[in-house]
Amino acid sequence: MLKAGYAQLSRLLNAIANWRYFKPAVFAGCTVPALMLGWKFWHDQLGVDPLKTLLHDSGENALGMLFAALSVTPIRRVFKVNGIQKVRRMLGVWAFFYALAHVCIYLGLDQLCYSFETCEFRAIVNDVLKRKFIFMGMIAFSIMTLLAITSTSGWVRRLKKRWQTLHRLVYVAAISAVIHFVWIQKSDISEPLQWAGWLTLLLAIRVYLSIQKRWATPPRLADRA
Amino acid sequence: MILKIKTSADVPSSEITPESVYHSRRDFMKVGAAGAAGLAAAAAFGGVNAPLFAQANPYAAPLNPKFTVDPAVDKLNTYEQITSFNNFYEFGTDKSDPMRYASRMKVVPWTVDVDGLCNKPGKYDVEKLVDFKQLEERVYRHRCVEGWSMVMPWVGVPIKSVLDKLQPQAKAKYVEFHTLLRPGEMFGQKTGVLQWPYVEGLRMDEAMHPLAFMVVGLYGKVLPNQNGAPLRIHIPWKYGFKSGKSIVRIRFTETMPRNTWAVQTPSEYGFWANVNPEVDHPRWSQARETRLPSLLRNRPTLLFNGYADQVQSLYAGMDKKVLFY
Repeated sequence: MLKAGYAQLSRLLNAIANWRYFKPAVFAGCTVPALMLGWKFWHDQLGVDPLKTLLHDSGENALGMLFAALSVTPIRRVFKVNGIQKVRRMLGVWAFFYALAHVCIYLGLDQLCYSFETCEFRAIVNDVLKRKFIFMGMIAFSIMTLLAITSTSGWVRRLKKRWQTLHRLVYVAAISAVIHFVWIQKSDISEPLQWAGWLTLLLAIRVYLSIQKRWATPPRLADRA
Repeated sequence: MILKIKTSADVPSSEITPESVYHSRRDFMKVGAAGAAGLAAAAAFGGVNAPLFAQANPYAAPLNPKFTVDPAVDKLNTYEQITSFNNFYEFGTDKSDPMRYASRMKVVPWTVDVDGLCNKPGKYDVEKLVDFKQLEERVYRHRCVEGWSMVMPWVGVPIKSVLDKLQPQAKAKYVEFHTLLRPGEMFGQKTGVLQWPYVEGLRMDEAMHPLAFMVVGLYGKVLPNQNGAPLRIHIPWKYGFKSGKSIVRIRFTETMPRNTWAVQTPSEYGFWANVNPEVDHPRWSQARETRLPSLLRNRPTLLFNGYADQVQSLYAGMDKKVLFY
């Protein structure tokens, strides 16, 4: 029963991943949150505190895309859906895009850097150094920037084996981003805890798969006889 | 990327109740609320004391010109903004939760328990504490510790007029205000985000200050549940969390009250919580604020939220660091 369900789900996921418009569809999906925010912005639908809405939504979308990118490999391995791999880089770059928007909104509207005269340079330095939640966010953003830059095929080729090691930093970025979210909350941390739960699950699958791989020794000749 | 920078001056005029309309509406309420219309209003408002409405809408009270703002500097927020964006964790931690769920709170009947160091302890109806014939309107700035602010026209009486009836004893140094504890109607109280009931407090001279206001109405109408009906305080020179809502208990004490946020996170919130741009919250700066619904955090925060000339004598000689946290 369970096995049949698994096979069915695996088939379904493969059908989706092998659909010829899968990649364009995921791309289009990634633009939806940005378009929705833009629409709300132009139509004054961002609520009573529009800055807070923009900051929160851009940050949450960055987190969502990052987690989607992180989920690709576990889904591929668990459900044997190789086709899904082709959207991983795109999801990661989209995550960077939303994080960039998040940082720009913070700098531009919260710290008034929409113009040079109003920009609170000293307040920004103070904020990043003194406020641990902003410092955490900056760690996550710095890593994501580095990974976005080195995401091109050229960099994959140039860095060879080291590329994978470097891009494992994505987990550090994810952990920092979740801590960043926890630390901004006043007392109710239920929202960031859901992200922490997802992250724990992804890490657990990763650890399980790597242990499985290490223990799966190649069959010896004697066993075949 | 083109940034459409909006300031508070860019609020669509459709969102603002023109002052003339607002006042004429109140005049209409005052004049036309007699007889059948008054009864209809009483039913509609579901007010604290329905018979009061048979006369006229008591909440359409005259503005006290001593306690208002310069409309060129501090523009009134709309009724819709003030009633849809609230921190009232008893109904959930999202700002829109109180608007959605506060109607579950039954505010009739409502009594207030008075105890502690006073000569007139006991159980009081709201009308016994608040003289509805003496209601006045005041326009106050409200600065939240989170960094946003609003301007609202409250209706109420000075807290002093309420406390005087209770005859606090000389030993009473502080007064506590307890919010309703009723998890069946306030679902947030089933969570552990704060310790319930919500308790706030003031030193006696703060509570007796002419600015300290006991609120029963907003925009010439009965106070909506999400804003702390039927009885709340507003202390405009302190961060918003000092102003307790839906008060069911007033207690006079000799010792400093342990207010809820100071108990919850003592490293971030204290008892005094006076607005000061130079004393940061441990996690964010208090130098500037967002005057809602502005898109920018571009308004310099003022010492004592702009009420320094009236209240700073209360704190003469006190340690500045202690005061503002």
